[in-house]
Amino acid sequence: MSATTASPRRNNGFSLRQREEIDFYLFIGLWLIGFILFTGGPILASLLFSFTNWTGLTTQEWIGLENYRQLLFDDKLFWIATRNTFFYSFGSVILGTLGALFVAILLNQKLPGTTLMRVLYYIPSIASGVAVSILWIWLFNPQVGLVNYLLSLVGIPGPPWLASQQWALPALIIKSTWAIGANMIILLAGLQAVPASLYEAAKIDGAHPWDEFFNVTIPMISPVLFYVLVISTIASFQILTDVLVMTQGGPGTATLVYVFYIYQNAFQYLKMGYASALAWILFAIILALTLLQLWGSKKWVYYEDPGA
Amino acid sequence: MDQVTTSSISPVAERVIRTAPWYKRRSTRRLAHALLVYVLVVPGAILFTIPLLWMLSTALKDPKQIFVFPPQWLPNPVMWSNFPRGWNDFLPFNTFLVNSLIITISNIVGNLISCSLAAFAFARLRARGKNFLFILVLGTMLLPQEVTVIPQYVLFTRLGWNDSWLPLMVPPWFGWPFFIFLLRQFFMGIPRELDEAARLDGASSWRILWNVILPLSKPALATVVIFGFIGNWNNFLYPLIYIRSMDKQVLAVALNMFRGAYGNANYQFMMAVSLLVLLPVLLVFFFGQRLFVRGIALTGIKG
Repeated sequence: MSATTASPRRNNGFSLRQREEIDFYLFIGLWLIGFILFTGGPILASLLFSFTNWTGLTTQEWIGLENYRQLLFDDKLFWIATRNTFFYSFGSVILGTLGALFVAILLNQKLPGTTLMRVLYYIPSIASGVAVSILWIWLFNPQVGLVNYLLSLVGIPGPPWLASQQWALPALIIKSTWAIGANMIILLAGLQAVPASLYEAAKIDGAHPWDEFFNVTIPMISPVLFYVLVISTIASFQILTDVLVMTQGGPGTATLVYVFYIYQNAFQYLKMGYASALAWILFAIILALTLLQLWGSKKWVYYEDPGA
Repeated sequence: MDQVTTSSISPVAERVIRTAPWYKRRSTRRLAHALLVYVLVVPGAILFTIPLLWMLSTALKDPKQIFVFPPQWLPNPVMWSNFPRGWNDFLPFNTFLVNSLIITISNIVGNLISCSLAAFAFARLRARGKNFLFILVLGTMLLPQEVTVIPQYVLFTRLGWNDSWLPLMVPPWFGWPFFIFLLRQFFMGIPRELDEAARLDGASSWRILWNVILPLSKPALATVVIFGFIGNWNNFLYPLIYIRSMDKQVLAVALNMFRGAYGNANYQFMMAVSLLVLLPVLLVFFFGQRLFVRGIALTGIKG
């Protein structure tokens, strides 16, 4: 660290500029050590594991791309898990984002009671974890569950949900939409940042509320909407607790989702090498989807200041 | 929630609306509009609230009243005893509660310290390599934890940390990318003149962080505390793969064990215990929400 700055020297022998640089590395020190030990190092290790047939017990052997070849061409469960995950992700992201946008727009009004409504919609997204997964097992009970009771009120005979090959995954999607409150709060913040002058200008121009929505609201909140889409997609690909608690991947392979399949391989079958390869494919899928959304966003996301 | 209720109507437009008599067309339309909003939004709000009410109702029921169709809303008799019985008669939930509290509180303190230090460095201090390191922070936010969980498991097992709290309690003291990013965004919004004035008075970086930045960052710190509490309290995968001994187990995993062992025949106990496990999360949210909502609104982030 031999800086060539000509700043005045202080009594401790360092220039202000050098002092600042030393402080920077002291302040990020904990994070940097943690990054090397718990993230960076493990990432490299995981990449190496994925080229071995290591089981956690035996000695590991370098097998090159064999794990990747096997899971892409020989492993039916890998494809089932991928398809289930895409299905879940698509359903939960679309319903979650549109639902949140719908509620956020309705609640972005100065009407009595909207604050209470916001709290009621938001609480379920705070209530998460095993306790809530257990609650939903009870709600989805085929005989006396509340979901099927509410359906019976409108004359629909409810399916057996978590016990059904066909309905178990849609049930998990329905459960996920209970937590749209988090997205709603972010979208509300975005809606409130839209300058009122734009709506006034639209009114003066005689714009229909519908035009106002598509030509003022949507473009102005598109960066926030884009953020919500990306974050929700990433989160939906990592669904695990619900499956561990509610279905264990079943019935059959109906809710075998990707991360649960990684979990099974790593911690039940102890196929650490194979599970690492699976994890890397997941990372590649998430990265590809994020880049795809980023690329697609150029067509519909509007940034007010092109320089920013 | 004052951040959220800010008017979306300009003062001029508002004055026009106020001075116009109520029967003028605009106000009638406003009323119709309000009714439409309520019609669309109230049923959903009820639907969203029902599951938690149903949880409470089931938790207070006599077993005879549970497997009844159509379901009955009001428990009769009201079985308050389901709470102590579910909590004490099957598994030692008091032990799990203490364990969860120790781990959660320690992890929040660790996160607050390590993340505010790093966030301050990224927001305020100039150094070579800073941009590259910040890209690493952002990059690790995108990385699925599944990529690191397997090699971490191998590492911690080699270190002999299996069946201890160390795999859960050590990493939080070394920062968490999401919180570093959140705090950094917040610190960036604090006027630089404040710390430059302190710097001219000879204050060190530590003092600026402690005496200038942190006192102004309560909403962001509250956000870290709330997200940290929810995340650690609900953490399921890590205790599931690391902890074997019953006396070291945490609430999330113990609750699932309880479900597996006794759940199907005892919905009243299962709902009672689940509700008790969920309660601290709801309480933390209610006490912290004023600060918390301002924190998310300002940084535009969710957990």
